Amino acid sequence: MKTLVFVEQRDGKAKKASLEALSAGRAICDATSGTLAAVVLGQGVSVLTEVAGKYGAETVYLGDDAIFASYSTDAYGLGVGKAAQVFGADVLIFAATAMGKDLAPRVATRLEIGLLSDVTAYKAENGTVTYKRPVYSGKAYVSAAPASGKPYAVTLRPNVFAAAENPKAAQAVKLENAVVASDVKAVVENLLVSKEGLLDVAEADIIVSGGRGMKGPENYKILEELAKPLGGAVGASRAAVDAGWIGHEHQVGQTGKVVSPTLYIACGISGAIQHLAGMSTSKVIVAINKDPEAPIFKVATYGIVGDLFDVVPKMTEAVKALKAQG
Amino acid sequence: MNILACIKHVPDTETRVKVAPGGGALDLGEANWVINPYDEFAVEAALQLKEKKGDGTVTVLTVGNDEAVKSLRQALAMGADKGVLCSDPAFDGSDAKGIARILAEAIKKNPFDVVFFGKHGVGDDNQQVGSLVAALLNIPAVTVVTAIDYGEAGFVKCNREVEGGVEVVKAPLPCAITCQKGLNEPRYPSLKGIMAAKKKEVSTLKAADLGIDPSQVGKAGAAFEIKGYELPPPRPDGRVLSGEIDAQVKELVHLLHEEAKVI
Ligand SMILES: Cc1cc2nc3c(=O)[nH]c(=O)nc-3n(C[C@H](O)[C@H](O)[C@H](O)COP(=O)(O)OP(=O)(O)OC[C@H]3O[C@@H](n4cnc5c(N)ncnc54)[C@H](O)[C@@H]3O)c2cc1C
Ligand SMILES: Nc1ncnc2c1ncn2[C@@H]1O[C@H](COP(=O)(O)O)[C@@H](O)[C@H]1O
Repeated sequence: MKTLVFVEQRDGKAKKASLEALSAGRAICDATSGTLAAVVLGQGVSVLTEVAGKYGAETVYLGDDAIFASYSTDAYGLGVGKAAQVFGADVLIFAATAMGKDLAPRVATRLEIGLLSDVTAYKAENGTVTYKRPVYSGKAYVSAAPASGKPYAVTLRPNVFAAAENPKAAQAVKLENAVVASDVKAVVENLLVSKEGLLDVAEADIIVSGGRGMKGPENYKILEELAKPLGGAVGASRAAVDAGWIGHEHQVGQTGKVVSPTLYIACGISGAIQHLAGMSTSKVIVAINKDPEAPIFKVATYGIVGDLFDVVPKMTEAVKALKAQG
Repeated sequence: MNILACIKHVPDTETRVKVAPGGGALDLGEANWVINPYDEFAVEAALQLKEKKGDGTVTVLTVGNDEAVKSLRQALAMGADKGVLCSDPAFDGSDAKGIARILAEAIKKNPFDVVFFGKHGVGDDNQQVGSLVAALLNIPAVTVVTAIDYGEAGFVKCNREVEGGVEVVKAPLPCAITCQKGLNEPRYPSLKGIMAAKKKEVSTLKAADLGIDPSQVGKAGAAFEIKGYELPPPRPDGRVLSGEIDAQVKELVHLLHEEAKVI
């Protein structure tokens, strides 16, 4: 199968989730005797040809143009659509990032193909691929296979698939005249980056999350202090977000972000069904709660029954000591 | 102004999900069905826009069965003017592409300025329909929006959430906007609103009314074939530590480092 992966970049650096998508694309191609191509859009991004090759792409469609300098659904939709047509793609793969989720439906409609969102597993057998994706925020999973013979697109959930090098000598093919300025109706005027150094929960490998037990906005500091030496992000329950203690972009759960970090530390979070739906696929879960009956302990790998204001600062010290040992 | 909001009737987020015998479907038990939480933001955004402009009509649309009228009435009780139910046996089993197709045909029937969606329909979790409809209508879609500025005539300027920040996007009207939490606080219907909603018009559109070929929607038109459902594997049993807090913390950090190898 001819498989095309959209490689998302910011400031000329490929997103980790896109490298994961390339690796998954490579594996699917190897199982179906297919060829893997990547499409890279941006300005001054030709170095990414080599990066895409390193993760298994044989061909890289390169749209290196001022019109791709910042993301727009219109320009990127046309760019990826053109690459798919030139390549004759049977399968399109995007990472389910903010950009991927915005872009994939536009491309799918342009190509008149179906799109499966947020895939977390696949199985290639006898030339056909079956995909698994969560529904009800992971309370269940559905397996689906493309209706026979038709091209299709999928988005892959970040942080689920491994990014593995599998070097190929990638050939770059320039995408010329894919877009003209009048095609671009909606434009990104500005990118406001949130507080320096604060990682987004959707991208973090480690999340330290606080709920109603935090008691007030000023106390999130102690979570930040633990997140910092761990290289993690700070998350929250809806109760904390609704109380106005922390921005909604930190909310984890069924109506927040669905995350699957390697480590999720829940502090003062009871473990309501909507919260669990957003984090119960985390590899390791730590619960810190003063109520031994809190449902969060049912999903926790390790639990400490205690006052978070006592436990968390001590944990920060212990983590710092560990990191200092190297 | 003609303002539209597309809403989906969904099982509420408390719903406990089981797999039906045979594995081919989900068993939602006695789920309580409600308007999709994100679509409440869409309806609220539509109402606020109408109030801001001082005139206009807010029409709410849904693809669903007769039960979905409950969510339409909820939106009408919040203050929307008209409801449209797209319902036909041929629509059963539609995937996101099919739903989008149906909505696009229904929307096309009348001129409109803005169409609001939720960013995400809970349950199916597709996060596609708003963008798909916009693409079919060949209008811009601004997705995952947390703020809207209508300052410049003929345009909207929206903040949309991206990893680690906010993108400010300017789009010409007509356009589609998919609403994210934080955009607004959906109002509760007043008693008066609930009474008034009972008298508001809800029209029904069938496949033939929309000029839709039944083979392109429903199960027949689905791009993917569902092979089955399963529950997530249970999490391995955890361990609640004991002893002095200082010792517990030490043990925890040791376990995370040595046993789980995650720090
Ligand atoms: C439509 C809908 C969507 C929702 N979506 C989400 C969602 O996306 N995400 C989400 O999180 N919730 C969501 N909820 C809300 C959810 O039902 C819960 O209300 C919420 O998760 C509770 O947050 P919490 O655990 O922080 O608060 P609580 O349930 O109040 O729990 C606080 C916990 O802190 C503990 N605690 C208190 N003080 C301390 C201390 N000093 N030390 C240690 N522990 C302490 C308590 O023992 C308790 O277990 C949704 C609800 C609805 C209706
Ligand atoms: N059956 C439906 N009827 C009306 N609107 C829908 C329907 N399904 C999805 N939508 C709209 O599309 C948004 C995204 O849904 P989804 O792509 O299913 O996650 C929802 O928040 C609704 O605004």
